[in-house]
Amino acid sequence: MFKFTEEHEWLKLDGDVATVGITAHAAEQLGDLVFVGLPAVGDQVEKGGSAATVESVKAASDIYAPLDGEIVAINDAIAADPSLVNSDPLGGGWFFKLKLKDKGALDALMDEAAYKAMVG
Amino acid sequence: MASAADATTTPELKRTPLHALNLELGGRMVPFAGYDMPVQFPAGVLKEHLHTRDAAGLFDVSHMGQIALRPKSGNLRDAALALESLVPVDIAGLGEGRQRYGFFTNESGGILDDLMIASRGDHLMLIVNAACKDADEAHLRKHLSASCDITVLDRALIALQGPGAAAAVAILAPPCASMRFMDVASLTVVGAEYIVSRSGYTGEDGYEISIPRDHAEHAVRALLAIDGIAPIGLGARDSLRLEAGLCLHGADITEATTPVEAALEWAIQPVRRTGGERAGGFPGADVILDQLSNGASRRRVGLKAEGRQPVRGGAALYASPDGGDVIGSVTSGGFGPTLNAPAAMGYVPTALAQPGATVVADVRGKRVGMTVTKLPFVPARFHRG
Repeated sequence: MFKFTEEHEWLKLDGDVATVGITAHAAEQLGDLVFVGLPAVGDQVEKGGSAATVESVKAASDIYAPLDGEIVAINDAIAADPSLVNSDPLGGGWFFKLKLKDKGALDALMDEAAYKAMVG
Repeated sequence: MASAADATTTPELKRTPLHALNLELGGRMVPFAGYDMPVQFPAGVLKEHLHTRDAAGLFDVSHMGQIALRPKSGNLRDAALALESLVPVDIAGLGEGRQRYGFFTNESGGILDDLMIASRGDHLMLIVNAACKDADEAHLRKHLSASCDITVLDRALIALQGPGAAAAVAILAPPCASMRFMDVASLTVVGAEYIVSRSGYTGEDGYEISIPRDHAEHAVRALLAIDGIAPIGLGARDSLRLEAGLCLHGADITEATTPVEAALEWAIQPVRRTGGERAGGFPGADVILDQLSNGASRRRVGLKAEGRQPVRGGAALYASPDGGDVIGSVTSGGFGPTLNAPAAMGYVPTALAQPGATVVADVRGKRVGMTVTKLPFVPARFHRG
């Protein structure tokens, strides 16, 4: 089951590890990505802090950590080919896996219906 | 929803004659220089950029200023000499039906705006930047009103750029095909006067076409109906000009940069330089002529970043990764889709303004190595005839 943040990230939980990416809406708004900067495995991230960067032809944007936790895996495929984020944002375009400090914090995030209502 | 406060604090955005069509084409509109302009169309900046270099792109640049300068005496040379008092460019020597690039300078040699100047037989036509056009008009009126009538032309302006531009525009106006780079001509198309120049700001062959407001949408629809012509937004216009090594006023050139610092000496013809027949006589001539002879302490260069991450305008430059004093800055930068790599321009000390010299940029706390590179990044393909 996907959860969503107001910053247009999605999370998919497996045990206490959440796979994190950006939504199709966010990918569409950013436009074709030409660069993705990923965190390092082992990095501790805090909710709302910058965890990754993405760059389109025109602009740079931060991808925020959706919750507190530790980076346990990164998707090197999107660093090699940023267009994966545009073509398959909810699948092959994932960014990193985050071992959640508090699994319960996930409950506060939006479900798909709430996210869809937010982006309109 | 707009509030009363918005109505008083947000000035109404102006619209070009192609605004409705830009919306119909799916343009993502943004405020730019007081106009509601398409930054991109549904294809997106990357594909629009590549399409322009591969086929042809059509740009609405109607936000730019079009100004006619007519000599009160009826003798064009009087208008040319008057304009030469504001630009360090040979205008009197500009042939009829020819256009050239120039800039208004200030008393310290800085660049107030850059512009195109066309000799149209009985008058001069200037194309100036949208953000500067009101100031440019005031500047012209202040200094040239005694000798010239100054008229702002309320016309649309489009650019058609790319290898497919010539064949496409020839369908609309066949005489365009025989024009050379920087030729300017008036052509009658379905009863309207089109002012066509073979020029542009992408590094590609192409045209800029001034069209009466009421005919603009019809013209653009006709061009877009031709195979291979796509609408292109301001986003790709910026990445195209960056790859072409062309300056953006307000970023790469400003009131605080001189033409010599900006590596624009080529636009100052010998007749306006020391020893020339009409040397000097423009604002800041002492500074600019001195720099032409003795050089300036810094220079605009192309900069290629290590890796794939773009280094954007505003990034500080250092001599070494250890930091130390800031030695320069990036003035515009992004990703070059044709180059398939980051591209940037910026100012470095003249000693470092050699291809192969290295500097280090600060990208939000991260050090990125950059190599000084000759401009343009992508070779120009102008039709010089």
